[in-house]
Amino acid sequence: MSQVSPVPTSPAGASGRVPSARPASGRAARTSLLKKFEPLIISSAAIIATLLLFGVFLLLDGLNPLDVYEVMFRGAFGTWFSFQNTLQRAAPLMLTALCTALPMQLGLLVIGGEGALVVGGVSAAVMGLAMQNASPYVVLTGMLFAGAIAGGLWIALVGVLRAYRGVSETISSLLMSYIAIALMNHLVEGALRDPESLNKPATRHIGEVNMLGPIPGLDVHWGLVYGLIACLVGFVLMKRTIFGFAAAMTGGNMRAALLSGLRVRHLMVLTCFLAGAAAGTAGMIEVAAVHGRANASLVAGYGYTGILVAFVARQNPLGVIPVALLLGGIGASGGLLQRNFNLPDASVNVLQGILFMVILVSETLYGKLDLWSFARGATARKSAEAGAVA
Amino acid sequence: MGMTYGVGHKSSSRRAFFSCVGLLLSASALLNCSKKSDVATTPAPAASGSAAAAPAPQKQFTAGFIYVGSKSDYGYNQAHAEGAKTLTAMGIKVREEENVPETLDVQKTMESMINLDGASVLFPTSFGYFDPHILKMAEKYPNVIFLHCGGMYTEGKHPKNVGSYFGYIDEAQYVAGIVAGMTTKTNKLGFVAAKPIPQVLRNINSYTLGAKSVNPKVTLSVIFTGDWSMPVKEAEAANSLIDQGADVLSSHVDSPKVIIETAERRGVFSTGYHASQAALAPKGYLTGAEWNWETVYKYYVDKIQKGEPFEHLLRGGFKEGFIKMSAYGPAVSDAAKAKADEAKKKFMDGTLLIYTGPLKDNAGKEVIPAGTTMAQRDIKLESMGYLVDGVKGSVH
Repeated sequence: MSQVSPVPTSPAGASGRVPSARPASGRAARTSLLKKFEPLIISSAAIIATLLLFGVFLLLDGLNPLDVYEVMFRGAFGTWFSFQNTLQRAAPLMLTALCTALPMQLGLLVIGGEGALVVGGVSAAVMGLAMQNASPYVVLTGMLFAGAIAGGLWIALVGVLRAYRGVSETISSLLMSYIAIALMNHLVEGALRDPESLNKPATRHIGEVNMLGPIPGLDVHWGLVYGLIACLVGFVLMKRTIFGFAAAMTGGNMRAALLSGLRVRHLMVLTCFLAGAAAGTAGMIEVAAVHGRANASLVAGYGYTGILVAFVARQNPLGVIPVALLLGGIGASGGLLQRNFNLPDASVNVLQGILFMVILVSETLYGKLDLWSFARGATARKSAEAGAVA
Repeated sequence: MGMTYGVGHKSSSRRAFFSCVGLLLSASALLNCSKKSDVATTPAPAASGSAAAAPAPQKQFTAGFIYVGSKSDYGYNQAHAEGAKTLTAMGIKVREEENVPETLDVQKTMESMINLDGASVLFPTSFGYFDPHILKMAEKYPNVIFLHCGGMYTEGKHPKNVGSYFGYIDEAQYVAGIVAGMTTKTNKLGFVAAKPIPQVLRNINSYTLGAKSVNPKVTLSVIFTGDWSMPVKEAEAANSLIDQGADVLSSHVDSPKVIIETAERRGVFSTGYHASQAALAPKGYLTGAEWNWETVYKYYVDKIQKGEPFEHLLRGGFKEGFIKMSAYGPAVSDAAKAKADEAKKKFMDGTLLIYTGPLKDNAGKEVIPAGTTMAQRDIKLESMGYLVDGVKGSVH
């Protein structure tokens, strides 16, 4: 992953390192139980540690952390309005997080979700405008396909560059985001511009009847359902299918995957397509459910927050859902922090930054945390350490 | 990487992790690039319009202010935050939220202020908040008053509980242009602008015409950065203009901070925009075109407290007190002050009109024929798409 090179066409000469397995022992059953809960334990511990660290920050500001957390909880989950606010903010993050989480199964670090979102949004708007005579459901379906396919092709290009030309997918996807934003500005200020949008260049409106409405009984638009479905599909695909197994194998050891005859290049391009399709769908939702047109408001940072969500979720598509809710909740309560405590907006960034750093550090605990042997005393601990070192 | 739970980490995946942090940090700079705000348009005629049915008087209420950027940005948002302070001084409870993007986020912030803070008057100050966000919330909360900056209200089309205000700040840019034209030694001025949209073009043109009115040899070079808040590009543009010989810089971006600072560091003069940036350039700051939202906010608060209907489309220039000039810096000559004060006085009594024919654009095409005069509120000025003669730059 660190050395970027095109995928070799044949596995000949491949000399991959096989990850060393832990020595088998009689603790196997208990260990597997621990393994199951390890992500949960470490993630919860990381969140608690974050709250403690941010609490110090708040104390330095002369605030009582408990008061602040109480208000934050109220602003994020405490009232029906707050909870819906959180759900709404989480929706686009689920889709953009998949843009990073899916390619990471193959060991590809794609951070260009923002660009795929913008491309998807513009394409969806164009499709919506082209289908003005169709019924709303047809229009929305057309927009969904246009957004997903355009976003998919955008990131698939990143995959192609990586698989066939050895271009770092991280750099190329980031740079392509700038291209996407420039392309959108060019189009909405030129060919696609609504002549009435004088001072805020935008495409024409797709029409109120064609807008994606709220989920019945909720003040949350259907984008949330799209996000949940995408995360579920991503999870099943990556954890329960042969495709996902092949992806995991490639991510674990690309040369071993090649030796086994896997078509690694195809896997890369296809996974990147799916990743981009998720972000492109987020762009379509922004157009269809919020703005009604494509303009610079699409560039709202959802693509970048999605990277954070994917990492905190440890790249697990299902884990993306609660983490998106957590970050959505932080976003929803961020305003209250400003309004109730006169904290600057940057304090929310401090909280997110602490959370991200703590999660990164907590990554190093995996495989080293053996709660059972802690309980059993020094000898067991020693052997556990020996196991971790091996 | 996500597939390696408990298998033992490969060092390469860890490296990727940390390289991601670095990229994230650089990427996070982008989050701030999407803020766009200070533009105005109105296809509607002069600043009047029949008022709504009188609402009940509210002596005491909570007002919510929403900003698209930081409220201490030395620019667009700070100008509004300074206006908000006058409400606090009047005893109105003010709640503020900054860095709110023009997405669903702003709708949720408005709802949160209404539901959780009990706000009954909202001031969402960014241009891009209006459509669809304010319009949607205004329909949902008909008893809350939404006052937007941008001058976008259209009678009969938009809800009755909405108002939109803006100022003809190009008058102040004209006056600043006079000071710049009198001060420049190289006869080259520089202008850093966000986007070539009508409101921005009008400021550039008025500034240029002001400078040319006192110094016909002046030319102005303009660089468009492409977006409202791009500090790095703005600094590059400022440096490049200075390298080309410009010795007075002005701008139209959300926050002129880095432009003013760059000018001061390079030893050239500058004129400000939105709010006063005098503190950033004690030597080279000449003057600046500033908003005076205090006037507008006091007007609205007064109407709301008395329960009287308010103007839905409220606009004004020097005469109405919507705009003001920064105090002259030490480098401004007495002659320049006299010329500038004279122009300002003429704006106050309505005898000075900036756009009078014959006027050519910078490609030599006549845009206003001889004998034609366009007044401040002329609707044709709202869709300006040209740069006047004397400006080096292109709208495309």
